Amino acid sequence: MSRISQHLSQAKTAGKKILVAYVVNGDPYPQATLPTLHALVEQGVDVIELGVPFSDPMAEGPVIQKGHERALEHHISLRGTLEIVKQFRATNNITPIVLMGYANPVERFGYAEFAKAAAEAGVDGLLTVDLPPEEVVVLKGELDAHGLDNIFLLAPTTTLERAQKIAAYASGFLYYVSLKGVTGAGHLDVNAVKEKLAGFGQLTDLPVCVGFGIKDPETAKAVAVLADGVVVGSVLVEKMGSMADKSANEIAAAVGDIVGSIRVAIDSI
Amino acid sequence: MSNTEHFSAIDYSAFPNAEGHFGPYGGRFVSETLIYALDELQSIYFNLKDDPGFQAEFDKDMAHYVGRPSPLYLAERWTRELGGAQIYLKREDLNHTGAHKVNNTIGQALLAKFTGKTRVIAETGAGQHGVATATVAARLGLKCRVYMGAEDVKRQALNVYRMKLLGAEVFPVTSGSRTLKDAMNEAMRDWATNVDDTFYIIGTVAGPHPYPQLVRDFQSIIGREARRQCLEQAGRLPDALVACVGGGSNAIGLFHPFLTDESVKMYGVEAGGLGIETGKHAAPLNKGIPGVLHGNRTYLMEDENGQIIETHSVSAGLDYPGVGPEHSWLKDIGRVNYVAINDDEALAAFRKITKTEGIMPALESSHALAYVEKLAPTMSKDQIIIANLSGRGDKDILTVAGLDGITV
Ligand SMILES: Cc1ncc(COP(=O)(O)O)c(C=O)c1O
Repeated sequence: MSRISQHLSQAKTAGKKILVAYVVNGDPYPQATLPTLHALVEQGVDVIELGVPFSDPMAEGPVIQKGHERALEHHISLRGTLEIVKQFRATNNITPIVLMGYANPVERFGYAEFAKAAAEAGVDGLLTVDLPPEEVVVLKGELDAHGLDNIFLLAPTTTLERAQKIAAYASGFLYYVSLKGVTGAGHLDVNAVKEKLAGFGQLTDLPVCVGFGIKDPETAKAVAVLADGVVVGSVLVEKMGSMADKSANEIAAAVGDIVGSIRVAIDSI
Repeated sequence: MSNTEHFSAIDYSAFPNAEGHFGPYGGRFVSETLIYALDELQSIYFNLKDDPGFQAEFDKDMAHYVGRPSPLYLAERWTRELGGAQIYLKREDLNHTGAHKVNNTIGQALLAKFTGKTRVIAETGAGQHGVATATVAARLGLKCRVYMGAEDVKRQALNVYRMKLLGAEVFPVTSGSRTLKDAMNEAMRDWATNVDDTFYIIGTVAGPHPYPQLVRDFQSIIGREARRQCLEQAGRLPDALVACVGGGSNAIGLFHPFLTDESVKMYGVEAGGLGIETGKHAAPLNKGIPGVLHGNRTYLMEDENGQIIETHSVSAGLDYPGVGPEHSWLKDIGRVNYVAINDDEALAAFRKITKTEGIMPALESSHALAYVEKLAPTMSKDQIIIANLSGRGDKDILTVAGLDGITV
């Protein structure tokens, strides 16, 4: 069983909601990332989604776009991201890490080479925003061969029939995009999420985590009631962007505070 | 690879396949939210494309609104000067709004009408596609927003104002490199957000399937006309076709109806910028490698980490790091030759054609014409070149004046 499945099934057995946190590697500067990842774990994050900076992050809203731009100013690459995971693993062998990014850096790395290097670095899964099941076949073969989970998005526009197909490709967990739009959007509708999740829930045994538009403990709680877990991202990236002139420890503490309050909220369900 | 015999044996209409692939290129590399919209677009397009009613409406608009067929004009004075092949110009510059772009926007706006969507969006570089989109939106009473890189908003002030006069909202994009590729990212984001009421009119043969196919089909009117006109006027097929390649829509429009004609050589002209060797260009087919951007796999300009790099061209319409996936495939199979023309060569051709033929070409089209300057003298006088004059140069007058140090 993969580290993700193991970790998430433990959470489920314990009756806990899953908390997934997204930050961009190298944002706002490279030294800030490692302490931040550890702070996330200390404050109760179950899965780390580490954003791989890309020049054209098509599915991101302005907040996370800026995070990518800040990291790219420091020339942070996919290779550099594997390096950070390796460093993280030196002291944490438990918390699952999913790399979230876009297809082109992985293409450039080479699918087979990437899967091997990622597994060696201690990565557990990959979420490639612009690789839907139709285009992922070759990469998936490589990920499977190296025991890496392939995480997929489900969207408000995903039909049940299609969700079934996606679920069949997915492992680890499924990520439900709570709204039509980009990351950090402000129009999350809890009732709409509820309706859609009711349908998807029938299709899969995989945990379903909900993200996009979760900015505060109240929303996190309202959404977590409906799902296996929640994903927070933009609110963390926004904070980190505003602290570019602060020390790595200060950034880590501030980001830790945000996820800590969300942890408390979803534990109170 | 120059085994030309197999070129006539290929069934080009079988590309892309059902998944939108041209060999290893094309496809649908988008986030999940957009899959539904692409499925919807695909089913509408496939239902309508062979529908006589739809085709009749398209043909009617082409004739009475755009002013087609556009002439195929023998440039006698220029031909005489170069002393080689006879040069015919396909006059897309004479279309309403001044470029080939309108062929596509009329087609997509008709599709939008059938979907019942009330809002259209577009990305634009030079502003020609933005103007063509704003034009059809005005005519159909659709709300229209055009995304344009903040850099291009400055470079193409005239077209920005044209779009505003037409009732469109021009949205300057300040992310990334602030040019066409970033405008396309932003349009994709808008589409994902407003997918219920919005139709995305992509301006070239790029983007996720089915866009490269449907834009090609709408633009192929250029090549169908040129083929017929050449047979009528010269009594035979041309020996060579030349067109500039930004995303590749005017080029594929001219080339596609000739692909099975083995004797017809084809040249796609990319923007060589300051010179391919300087790295400051926009010529992915000459100097890029395959990768994934904007929903398809194709040749791209990128660094060793897979980050898309900034391009350079004097012409905003060619300033794009990718290219339509069908061109990538045509390059690999060897059917089309892709060459590059530098800024200064394009500018020289702009001046030359203006003075020699009394036709002021767009800077994009001037790249194709500059290649004709090289090609024609190597061919014999009984041979024929058709060059696609994809647009008129009025929009570029301020750029050219600026290079001359003149404020108009
Ligand atoms: C006149 C003209 N020609 C060519 C192009 C390049 O586009 P494509 O390669 O899709 O024809 C443009 C784009 O703005 C244009 O305005």
